[in-house]
Amino acid sequence: MTDEKTGQEKDAAAAVKPGDAGTGAQKTSEAALEAGGQNVPAARTPLEVVDVRQGMFGAHGTGDTSGYGGLVVPVVLPGPSERPYGGWFDEVVDVLTEVLDENGTGFANAVESVVVDREELTLHVAREHVVAVASALRDDPDLRFELSLGVSGVHYPHETGRELHAVYHVVSVTHGRRLRFEVTAPDADPHIPSTTSVYPANDWHERETYDFFGIVFDGHPGLARIEMPDDWPGHPQRKDYPLGGIPVEYKGATVPPPDQRRSYS
Amino acid sequence: MSTPHATAHLVDDETTGVPTFEASGGDWSDIAEEAARLGEERIVVNMGPQHPSTHGVLRLMLEIDGETVTEARAGIGYLHTGIEKNMEFRTWTQGVTFCTRMDYVAPLFQEAAYCLGVEKLLGITDDVPERATVIRVLLMELNRIASHLVCLATGGNELGATTIMTVGFTAREEVLRIFELITGLRMNHAFIRPGGVAQDIPPGAIDTIREALSSMRHYFKQLEDLMLANPILQLRLKDVGYLGLSGCMALGITGPVLRSAGLPYDVRKAAPYCGYETYDFEVPVATEADSWSRVILRMEECYQSMNIVEQTLDRLQKMGPGPVMVGDKKIAWPAQLAIGSDGMGNSLDHIKEIMGTSMEALIHHFKLVTEGFRVPAGQVFQTVEHPRGELGVHLVSDGGTRPYRAHFRDPSFNNLQAVSIMCEGGQVADVVVAVASLDPVLGGVDR
Repeated sequence: MTDEKTGQEKDAAAAVKPGDAGTGAQKTSEAALEAGGQNVPAARTPLEVVDVRQGMFGAHGTGDTSGYGGLVVPVVLPGPSERPYGGWFDEVVDVLTEVLDENGTGFANAVESVVVDREELTLHVAREHVVAVASALRDDPDLRFELSLGVSGVHYPHETGRELHAVYHVVSVTHGRRLRFEVTAPDADPHIPSTTSVYPANDWHERETYDFFGIVFDGHPGLARIEMPDDWPGHPQRKDYPLGGIPVEYKGATVPPPDQRRSYS
Repeated sequence: MSTPHATAHLVDDETTGVPTFEASGGDWSDIAEEAARLGEERIVVNMGPQHPSTHGVLRLMLEIDGETVTEARAGIGYLHTGIEKNMEFRTWTQGVTFCTRMDYVAPLFQEAAYCLGVEKLLGITDDVPERATVIRVLLMELNRIASHLVCLATGGNELGATTIMTVGFTAREEVLRIFELITGLRMNHAFIRPGGVAQDIPPGAIDTIREALSSMRHYFKQLEDLMLANPILQLRLKDVGYLGLSGCMALGITGPVLRSAGLPYDVRKAAPYCGYETYDFEVPVATEADSWSRVILRMEECYQSMNIVEQTLDRLQKMGPGPVMVGDKKIAWPAQLAIGSDGMGNSLDHIKEIMGTSMEALIHHFKLVTEGFRVPAGQVFQTVEHPRGELGVHLVSDGGTRPYRAHFRDPSFNNLQAVSIMCEGGQVADVVVAVASLDPVLGGVDR
């Protein structure tokens, strides 16, 4: 696209929005962003503002003539829940509190928040205490989460200081329960203690999470890449890593690669 | 693009100057002689990734002393295609088309687990029509039989028992024919969709499945005759690939391998989904924890699955035709499929209606297909009992029309961690047996 054409588009954008003559493009004001941030269910305190989305069709700046440019939607994951959590969730949290307070870790230090959403229990655990929490969950006879179903990483680039999440899924075969605990690490210091000493099953899962997200699990016996080749640069599942892909041409029409298609933000 | 955590080339200083032996055909004793001449005590054998008995592109690194394996490591990643990353760039409905290709021997389990996860995120789990749920169970149990048959068949083939393979694959053909009848495809179905299934089972399908079941029973009889009383097979499989209960629990092993160690843990019983609590079936267990007991367990599980299939057929017959997709038109996929002269495709009547008579239906169809539906922000973890163990799907939504993150905890991926403990101290030939008893499918391992 030439500069001249961009200029024309700017003019066109200005023409269709006479009220916003300054730049031509519809700009989102700070006030609107702030107001958008308030569109959060009142009952919960927002915990993780994953993203703030603007517009509708993935077009930003001068190209957006859709009229949706002023739309601001905050993306908020469910925040901490209030007691009672319901079902056996209260019992598990009580027992965990007791165990952690007893062994000196302290529940308040280790568990940042308890989230109950869609009938699933999530414990947000401080990363320095993840091994203590894991061994408490595994070893206490009233908890007995003896089976680990692995680790999955999630990258939230907008959550400053908590960009990288490692989510651990555990099952108690004894009590027929399942929960997950989530640990965060900042992009600048992507280190989380390894849980392989508690759950040997997490060996490959932590390697996979390291491979795809760059989270370094300290104390892992052999933290090497597992899916990607050993000399691969970058960590492909991170949000700043492009999907790649090339446009496909068929009978004169060109289909752009999926990451460059219109996205309904 | 920034690469903040790029890793350097793998440089192993210890491997330079080490003599290597390449064997492709030829006589093994020549290599052994040369190794003896060089006075090399430690021989590392690379098995795979292109080896017929490794179930695909699995690389096994074996350190051997004579015929004994002293160390075994599995190398994976040769079939990594970035399915999870790709799913982040497609709509929630299109995700089914991707995840079905992970474990290609049991595609319907990925579809079902993924769709159950999406439905949980949407909060429509209870709105999925009963008929759709029964069809899902029917397909999953048929798929379990097909998957176990592949395991038994290829496991036999790797030991040189070609007849076990031919009988097993012939029996699996019956299942694939049913899949083709119902979904239009033999694999990569993308038939289970968020909110239900793509379409109802075709007329006459119930009778066809009943006939197929009886011929499958006939093939299973043949397989049992071939396998269960076979002294060679017993000698090769018994006490080989042992993994006890504590080892299974520590390594997160699930499925037939865990049940062969004596724990009757089955997600269908432990955390029922798709109404499994209403079906009458048993979870077979063994205590020997060896490859032979896993063969027996897989056979027994096939009989249990046939039992469940019969129950679903009775239910489908009893309930009669009905909706197979949620009523919410903002979620339900609008395509009405029908079999045309050129195979399955959009129903001509539906095309006629949206193109000719209803502008609103056309707009709705277009918006839903191109844009997709929005899923409220949050995360879920949904597991199902896969033929190889517990398959978990971790889905994260940011409230958009595409998954923010989709992660599959594939049982084969996890179970391959047991290769070391199952093979070390055994014979090289037993490695093949042990790996076959884990039944890894590398499409699922690498995703």
